Amino acid sequence: MTYLAGEMMTGGYGGADILHECSIGVDRGEIAVVVGPNGAGKSTAMKAVFGMLGLRTGRVTLDGEDITSLKPQERVLQGMGFVPQNQNVFTTMTVEENLEMGAFIRRDDISLTMKQVYALFPVLHEKRRQPAGELSGGQRQQVAVGRALMTQPQVLMLDEPTAGVSPIVMDELFDRIIEVAKTGIAVLMVEQNARQALEIADRGFVLVQGRNAYTDSGVALLANPEVRKAFLGG
Amino acid sequence: MTDVLNAIVLLGNFVLVPGLAYGSQLALGALGVTLIYGILRFSNLAHGETMSFGAMITILVTWLLQANGISFHPLPTALLALPFGIIGAVALCLIVDRLVYRYYRQQRSTSSIYLIVSIGVMLITGGLIRFIIGPGDRKITDGERFIIKARDFKEMTGLNEGLAIKTTQGVTVITAVSVVAFVFWFLGRTRTGKAMRAYSDNEDLALLSGINPERVVMIAWIMTGALATIAGTLYGLDKSFKPFTYMQLLLPIFAAAIVGGVGNPIGAIVGGFVVAFSELIITFAYRKVFMYLLPDEMAPEGMIQLLSTDYKFAVSFVILVIVLLVKPTGIFSGKLL
Ligand SMILES: Nc1ncnc2c1ncn2[C@@H]1O[C@H](COP(=O)(O)OP(=O)(O)O)[C@@H](O)[C@H]1O
Ligand SMILES: [Mg+2]
Repeated sequence: MTYLAGEMMTGGYGGADILHECSIGVDRGEIAVVVGPNGAGKSTAMKAVFGMLGLRTGRVTLDGEDITSLKPQERVLQGMGFVPQNQNVFTTMTVEENLEMGAFIRRDDISLTMKQVYALFPVLHEKRRQPAGELSGGQRQQVAVGRALMTQPQVLMLDEPTAGVSPIVMDELFDRIIEVAKTGIAVLMVEQNARQALEIADRGFVLVQGRNAYTDSGVALLANPEVRKAFLGG
Repeated sequence: MTDVLNAIVLLGNFVLVPGLAYGSQLALGALGVTLIYGILRFSNLAHGETMSFGAMITILVTWLLQANGISFHPLPTALLALPFGIIGAVALCLIVDRLVYRYYRQQRSTSSIYLIVSIGVMLITGGLIRFIIGPGDRKITDGERFIIKARDFKEMTGLNEGLAIKTTQGVTVITAVSVVAFVFWFLGRTRTGKAMRAYSDNEDLALLSGINPERVVMIAWIMTGALATIAGTLYGLDKSFKPFTYMQLLLPIFAAAIVGGVGNPIGAIVGGFVVAFSELIITFAYRKVFMYLLPDEMAPEGMIQLLSTDYKFAVSFVILVIVLLVKPTGIFSGKLL
């Protein structure tokens, strides 16, 4: 039983269906990566799993329970965290305020979690009094991930966390994400940098036009000649 | 030397002191407009009537207090009644939101629809106010009229010109400073205030963080109702209460909010003073100032007044046009709440 699973999801934004019986999922302590060409529906699949999209058919389960009808806020309460692809920080608020807002639903002491986030991303501690809008792309992504970690989620969903950052910063971010997964959190992420992402992935999903094209372990997908040829540039 | 001092006192008396008071009133008004724009994302044209409504309740309660022999000497009795006015205006805002705006929120209406809806709210509220208290002019000031009287100032300093500070002007400035300080503390330091800024900054991400939008909207209306009542009552104390003037006030208030950058609280406050001082500086007759500063043979003939006070609203209008032409986003653009 996969910890978080979107099963046979079909749906879209009100018009034509974007997703067609699409399934993605991840287990605790694992990293699952969703790759595919632009417009394949990767972000849409993530939104569907997070309840930001009405599904016509299919369901989403968390730890065996059907959560298909829960609103996004209710999924946050169930231990899910989401870093959207765009506009994923509060630009006018300081780094520290971003983290505080991430922990908004918590009523207990958040200082320990904040320390952990700062330990994971030391540069954020340095810049904690700066508005997030003034940070570099890589630092912003760290704020975005840090914000989602503040609820102490069981599942962390990331939509292209390395978009627009340099290769060095990308490696750095991947290392941090591996660290997060090692603490037992399930990490489900969409990545443009398919090769690097599949290298750290326990599972990989290749989506094409809203359908599952290939599903396998990261290593197997990397070794699959068809996948290599079509999606990894040979 | 005395001439220079006389000129300065003259300007102080007719520009600086009234400008500080009027600027404070506009700033509080613009703060309410900006708050609604930042959270609900529309220009609330009913804000002037909200100010009027809050001031009206304050006046009604003031009369009640006065009839029972309760006063707040040397301060105006209206200050005692202010909390009731605030409760009244907040109730009005919340009821209107529940009956009117919530529907358009659920419809996900565009901001131009909201704008038109707010005109309807403005007209109905305005009618309600005239129905309850009438369209006439009401003087509501009691208590000590002056903090410093012009005559006392002249005797104290030996100057020709006097500097008068009305109690209402002092009360206005002190209240405005405390209220603004409170608003900034609230938005900057409290959990709820930060949640409002977060919602204003990025609605979707606020939802993902578990911030409840209906609660944010409710608090925005509560603050707006309170700010509107305080601004409206201070204006009524300083000048007089007449329902029609609050509709006229919309123009300088929106000019203030837009000059500073709509959605930005600091901008609203700076904008309030920019508009107030522009109005006073442009409509002031400088004849006496020049008589003090220039040698007698060069004394000016006319009033040296750029614009008659009858046209003071034109000043706001011109400021508005210039800002929209030159820098439509206002001075402090790009920063919400
Ligand atoms: N908010 C939206 N409303 C309508 N259609 C959308 C929306 N977002 C994305 N789409 C459409 O859905 C399809 C998949 O988009 P998306 O999931 O963003 O792809 P990916 O993340 O794989 O690049 C595209 O055809 C896109 O045009
Ligand atoms: Mg995408």
